[in-house]
Amino acid sequence: MNFLSDWSTWFPTLLDGLSLSLQITAISLIAGLPIGLLLALMASSRLQVVRVTSVALVEIGRGAPTLVVLQLFYFGLPSAGITLSSFVAACVALALTTAAYTSEILRAGLQAVPSGETEACQTLGVSPLDTLRFVILPQGLRIALPALMGFAIIIFQATSLCFTIAVPELLSQAYSIGSSTFNYLSVLALAGLMYAVITIPASWLVGGMEKKMSRHLAHVH
Amino acid sequence: MEHLQAVILGVPLTLLITFSSLLIGAVGGVPLVLGLRSRQIVLQVICRTLVDLLRGIPAVVWLFVIYFGVSIGAFQFEATTAAIVGLGLVSAAYMAEIYRGGISAVHSGQWEAGSALGVGRWATFSRIIGPQAFRVSVPSMTSYGISLIKDSSLASTIGVTEIVFLTTQDARSNAGGLTVYIIAALVYLALSIPLALLARRVDSVLRKKVSR
Repeated sequence: MNFLSDWSTWFPTLLDGLSLSLQITAISLIAGLPIGLLLALMASSRLQVVRVTSVALVEIGRGAPTLVVLQLFYFGLPSAGITLSSFVAACVALALTTAAYTSEILRAGLQAVPSGETEACQTLGVSPLDTLRFVILPQGLRIALPALMGFAIIIFQATSLCFTIAVPELLSQAYSIGSSTFNYLSVLALAGLMYAVITIPASWLVGGMEKKMSRHLAHVH
Repeated sequence: MEHLQAVILGVPLTLLITFSSLLIGAVGGVPLVLGLRSRQIVLQVICRTLVDLLRGIPAVVWLFVIYFGVSIGAFQFEATTAAIVGLGLVSAAYMAEIYRGGISAVHSGQWEAGSALGVGRWATFSRIIGPQAFRVSVPSMTSYGISLIKDSSLASTIGVTEIVFLTTQDARSNAGGLTVYIIAALVYLALSIPLALLARRVDSVLRKKVSR
């Protein structure tokens, strides 16, 4: 079992890469979700300018490949006088991608809360901000949760693109081991399994959550 | 303008990769979904594992495995072929899940009706359930196809000269800077918007057929 000894030699290096991938995922989600929420709220604004801005930002963010957004921040911005380190560029780019995608998910979640609740709050004299904070958001976020977790898996997979801007995450580590040992297949297989060990159980979790949350629909047909 | 010219040369390869891998996915998804629904446990487990791995491992990793990892004797995949095969395999897994959703959307009473009338299991599937499931699957298939346009940009990582590859090249050599990336983003939008409109038309035509 020659490859097993190879794998145990490479494993610590790849684990460092994996931990960096997870850090980028966490930062992108933490920074991106509030922006996504803001964009979602802007999309239902009464001012047309605000609505159009939100839709335009979201459509561009979702329409451009993540690879283009990443490279824009790393290779493109220096020409505008802003130079980011590769790690920061990766976090900023993926946070904005997160914002664009999650704003659609959050918008759907907020819209799923019956509008009668907003009207009830109005009638009871609850201020719009309190209505949002205590009535709409808690329910809307709960509805959006499975889809948001599904997106978290996607953004974790997308961190593998960061190797194009020289972030030493999991795929970069695997590739550099591959190019020095010429044992690409073996090291890439190990890296692939390390991704799968996280994404596959996570997707089971999301599936279970979806099932649990749609339980009340089971008898309606 | 010169930046736009540089970027637009990548459009044919982007489209070639997108459509070829979509075709491989649409065809390859069928045996996979049959395996997922098979009554033979072994076949079911194999297909489930395959689909989970294809979807769980990032597509770039698959491209790298196929391009750098696979060498049978002197044979190695050429970059464009590797990209098409890799994205095609990943698409097949996603398509299998889409088909599975479509099949379960067809009321199970139709299976029972088929068996009550003495129609075989395969004939029930291929003549009754399948066509309806396909129509249900079309919207998800087209939105997957649109996301595949963007995923085809992964081919640039193994040196295929599609849009992103040419964009990066232009940014480095001709000081394209920010402009060329924004142009590239707009080109992707310009490619996906007509497809989205077409998809909506196809869907409404199919919907009319079902409701009649």
